[in-house]
Amino acid sequence: MKILRPKDVKTKGMRQINVRGGSQRVLALCLLFVHFESLPYGERLQGSTMKDADIKRLFYVHIFCIVSIILTTFIPSFFLEDFSVLETHLTWLCICSMCVAIINVVLYLQVKPNPSSKRSSIFHKISRLLKSCVYFFISCLLFHAIIVLYGAPLIELMLETFLFAVILSTFTTLPCLCLLGPNIKAWLRVFTRNGATSIWDNSLQITTMSSVIGAWLGAFPIPLDWERPWQVWPISCTLGATFGYMAGLLISPVWIYRNRKQLTYKSR
Amino acid sequence: MRLGSGVFAACCVVIQVLGVAVFLRGFFPVSLRPVSQVQPQPPAPEPAAGTSSNWTQLPPAIFRKVIIMLVDALRDDFVFGSKGVQFMPYTKYLMEKGFAHNFIAEAKPPTVTMPRIKALMTGSIPGFIDVVMNFNSPVLLEDNLIGQAKAAGKRVIFYGDDTWIKLFPKHFVEYDGTTSFFVPDFKEVDDNVTRHLDTVLKREDWDILILHYLGLDHIGHLTGPHSSLIGPKLKEMDYILKKIHISLLSKEKEASLPHLLVLCGDHGMSEAGGHGASSVEEVSTPLLLISSAFHRKMGNLQPPKHVQQTDLAATLAVGLGLPIPKNSVGSILYPVVEKRTMREQLRFLHLNSVQLSRLLQENVPMYEKDPGFQQFKVSEKLHGNWIKLYLEGNNSEVLLNLGKKVLKQYLDALKTLSMSLSKQVAQYDMYSMMVGAIIVLEITILLLLSTPKALCQNAAFEIPLSSSSFSLLFYLMVLILSAVHVIICTSAERTCFLCSISWLMAVGVMMLISALLCVIVALLTKTFENVRPSAQNLAASSSGWSELDLLILFGTLGHVLSLGASSFIEEEHQTWYFLINTLCLALGHEVFRNHFLGKDLDHNLAVEQNIKKNAKNVLQYKNDYVDVPETSKIYKASSSMELLPKVYEKWLQLASPWFILICCRLLRTLNQTGVQWAHRLDFGHWLTRGIIEARFVYVFVLGILFTGIKDLLKSQIIFADVSIKSLGLWDIYNGLVLLAALLLRPHNLPVLVFSLLIQAVMTKFIWKPLKHDAAQVTIMHYWFGQAFFYFQGNSNNIATLDISAGFVGLESFIEVPALFLTVFATYIGPILWAIHLLSFLSSENNRSSAISHASFCYALICSIPVSAYIILVTSLRYHLFIWSVFSPKLLYEGVHLFITATICVFFIVMDQTNLIKP
Repeated sequence: MKILRPKDVKTKGMRQINVRGGSQRVLALCLLFVHFESLPYGERLQGSTMKDADIKRLFYVHIFCIVSIILTTFIPSFFLEDFSVLETHLTWLCICSMCVAIINVVLYLQVKPNPSSKRSSIFHKISRLLKSCVYFFISCLLFHAIIVLYGAPLIELMLETFLFAVILSTFTTLPCLCLLGPNIKAWLRVFTRNGATSIWDNSLQITTMSSVIGAWLGAFPIPLDWERPWQVWPISCTLGATFGYMAGLLISPVWIYRNRKQLTYKSR
Repeated sequence: MRLGSGVFAACCVVIQVLGVAVFLRGFFPVSLRPVSQVQPQPPAPEPAAGTSSNWTQLPPAIFRKVIIMLVDALRDDFVFGSKGVQFMPYTKYLMEKGFAHNFIAEAKPPTVTMPRIKALMTGSIPGFIDVVMNFNSPVLLEDNLIGQAKAAGKRVIFYGDDTWIKLFPKHFVEYDGTTSFFVPDFKEVDDNVTRHLDTVLKREDWDILILHYLGLDHIGHLTGPHSSLIGPKLKEMDYILKKIHISLLSKEKEASLPHLLVLCGDHGMSEAGGHGASSVEEVSTPLLLISSAFHRKMGNLQPPKHVQQTDLAATLAVGLGLPIPKNSVGSILYPVVEKRTMREQLRFLHLNSVQLSRLLQENVPMYEKDPGFQQFKVSEKLHGNWIKLYLEGNNSEVLLNLGKKVLKQYLDALKTLSMSLSKQVAQYDMYSMMVGAIIVLEITILLLLSTPKALCQNAAFEIPLSSSSFSLLFYLMVLILSAVHVIICTSAERTCFLCSISWLMAVGVMMLISALLCVIVALLTKTFENVRPSAQNLAASSSGWSELDLLILFGTLGHVLSLGASSFIEEEHQTWYFLINTLCLALGHEVFRNHFLGKDLDHNLAVEQNIKKNAKNVLQYKNDYVDVPETSKIYKASSSMELLPKVYEKWLQLASPWFILICCRLLRTLNQTGVQWAHRLDFGHWLTRGIIEARFVYVFVLGILFTGIKDLLKSQIIFADVSIKSLGLWDIYNGLVLLAALLLRPHNLPVLVFSLLIQAVMTKFIWKPLKHDAAQVTIMHYWFGQAFFYFQGNSNNIATLDISAGFVGLESFIEVPALFLTVFATYIGPILWAIHLLSFLSSENNRSSAISHASFCYALICSIPVSAYIILVTSLRYHLFIWSVFSPKLLYEGVHLFITATICVFFIVMDQTNLIKP
């Protein structure tokens, strides 16, 4: 387990601020706060305390994700006119998926639950990055295809459907890419019954399942004739996926904490 | 008594069908209001305060002759919309000149011809069951306009739809019926009406002429409301209207009283071309009253007023000087009488409101509190005062103003009375409904309780029938229920079905109920005795549930729950498409796991280590900058060296769920059923247009024939040694497929082809290799059967019922074969999948109990929604959509259960022969 020094964090945080501009300053501050909170636990790595510390770290990371998703619903209204989640849904979808993606990448780079192989050159990193991007794009297309197979219109509302696929991939594929890398075999291992080798894998299982189930359940209100604005395609599904993701983020630390005695991971 | 689970299930479903029949009998009371013989009551005298009026007779007729031109499925925009402007110039001219009063008459669902004719002629709102009776219309016994006209010595002539002749068999002095069942005919059917016009219009020996044109409805059924055939048909109707009107005008010169020409539709037309439900397009019909007695100011063409279809009966009765039909809930269309003197106007309105308030008194116990009734009393009193003033010879402004006030009062009272009477839907026969629901529920509970035992290895279990049927509880229950029966039947003021059957049968029903109850109690005690030893067993079994089992369980539960919402019933096809999509994805996942991760990963450490090794390998490869897909390719290539055909099959297997998904997505666009997305273009409509249709038909028929022959050959070659039975079953299956191909509409043949394709793919690549057990296979078959029911274009709505299938190869309407063919054509999906299930299981022949398991599962999964739905309908019986949404679904569910019972009986017959033969 690699422990990060505060210096690293600061530089990363600064870069973050430079890239995203003032709107993300709050988020960056939160990031720093979470990181410092999690530091003391990361240092104690012996025995069962390591698992507890890991769980705590997981919990803070997840809470941070949830808070950021909640923030995306009203922070943009300070900068954009007529912004609301329901009316300008596509804008919100873009912002939310961007935000979640950035936070996921940054947080997992910071926390580094699965240390990558030691021999890592620049070239290797770039190829990994490219491959991750390609995988992400493929997963978007795959989700789009599945959504169309489920009955979404093929030609009209294409953008809406695709953005739904994008946000679903952000909730499911992106954390996998961050945690496991572009490595299909590892994915297959994690998503089999007893294939998890760390609490991160467990939380990955739970959040992925819950976002997919959330999206699935989100389709239920569409046929109802209530004529509500949130029944328009794909709002109920994206909201379902988001709520499912948030629920997964909340449930997974709790579940892991409650089952921490049963969870024994074989060493990698 | 020891019973096989298949036999047990079949018995249960048969009893359940009885229960549903009793429930339906209670839910759809055949006669809405007691048909008491109409005794001609003297007309209500004119009210007068103090002095008695000298006007006690019925007012004289306003019109000498009335011609009713009824165009089937005439929608309001065909006359008032852009189509009317374009294609009906003469009608437009009449409206603009002010010779016509135009209304939009709202028809009440069910928007089917016979109930609409009844509504037009009696003014009452016929019940839903009239739809079912539509195919076998009995004589109309209710008080109606035609009967009144005949009693008054008017001569009625009728040309058109022969439903009228069945409804009024002895009422017409002259008639010529056309049959409404040859849907492809839309020229002859109207020419047969029009050909009489020239002679009849010249003659003077009639008072009422009724013309019912069917062509437009046929065009709608075949090609929809936007077809190019609609325009010429409307032009034809306009020409006929012009002809009638000109001839009436020429006659009027010598006549004392004006004539009345009524143009109306019985129901509208949905965007798909059908009718029967309650969408705006289906319930809005135009109503034009054309007469030289009406002089409106030219130029101010107002938008048509919305009225009720039932208002026509009262208006016509007044116009012809007849008493208003007794059960009419309509109010007079005031513009028709507004040119009469004030005294006459008040007299008409008074007669109408007296009739309505009498009807209210008969139907509502607390009628005095009804606001309409109170308004009526007030206006009657005012009317009396007015008459007194009038008879005293007062002829001032005061009289006119008071008259106007009374008029307004009357109109308000009529409106309120009519409204509150329309809300009076049929009275449910709660007793029969309860009895039916109890039987259905008991059966479902029985099936649920016996599930664990019925699905065990030997598929047979003990039914404590004899012991429980002689117990004290049984006798006690029979006694109590009989007592309740007697009490209910002696105290009920309304007739109920169970009281009208003979007491022996009633006691039989009571015995059935109590016997079922005793069996349930005995089974319950048995399970509770065994609950402790089996608790651990149960826990073990529940942990062994796969995702597929969970999906099946939650899918079934979700579907049952969704039946509580009217939108979900309207869009039930979406539920099924959603479920089978998820099922396919789950199957895809299972296939994937089966191939890439080994079978029992959970407990197989070796496999796990193997995978880890793989992972390590991958890690190494990764470190050496080798693409992961490439490594897997290499890995596969090395294995494919050894087992090339197997790998090929593996990829086919992996692709099969996706293939099925794509098929389903294509089929879904073929027929847009339901309500919300019905405006989306049907792929199927594109197919029926033009010459492509015929070619498609030939291609598809050839394809089906080829598959049938291939299946037959395959069964001969492969399964000949197993048994002759499976061969016979495949033969039956193929025969049914051919029958389906004959009956389905041409554009639906792809549904059949895809159904066969999916069945073949599923059998070869999913059920056989993955070794699902009989229960899982059964439930998957059931789901796909339901989805194909909707793929075919059906919905939970009478409008999509394709009655033309019942006339394939028949010269004329013969009830039994037509009914059989229609039911088969409607339920092709579920029936074909069920027969496929039987043939598949019997040809698999791995376990002898498979078929009885399948039969049990099939019975169970059909009876759960039915019983849940019956409870829901009973609790929602005053819901706004009960007649438009919930009742049709109830009928569909009832027929589906009947078919399930037949299938289950067929299953056990097959199973029994299997047992006897070896």
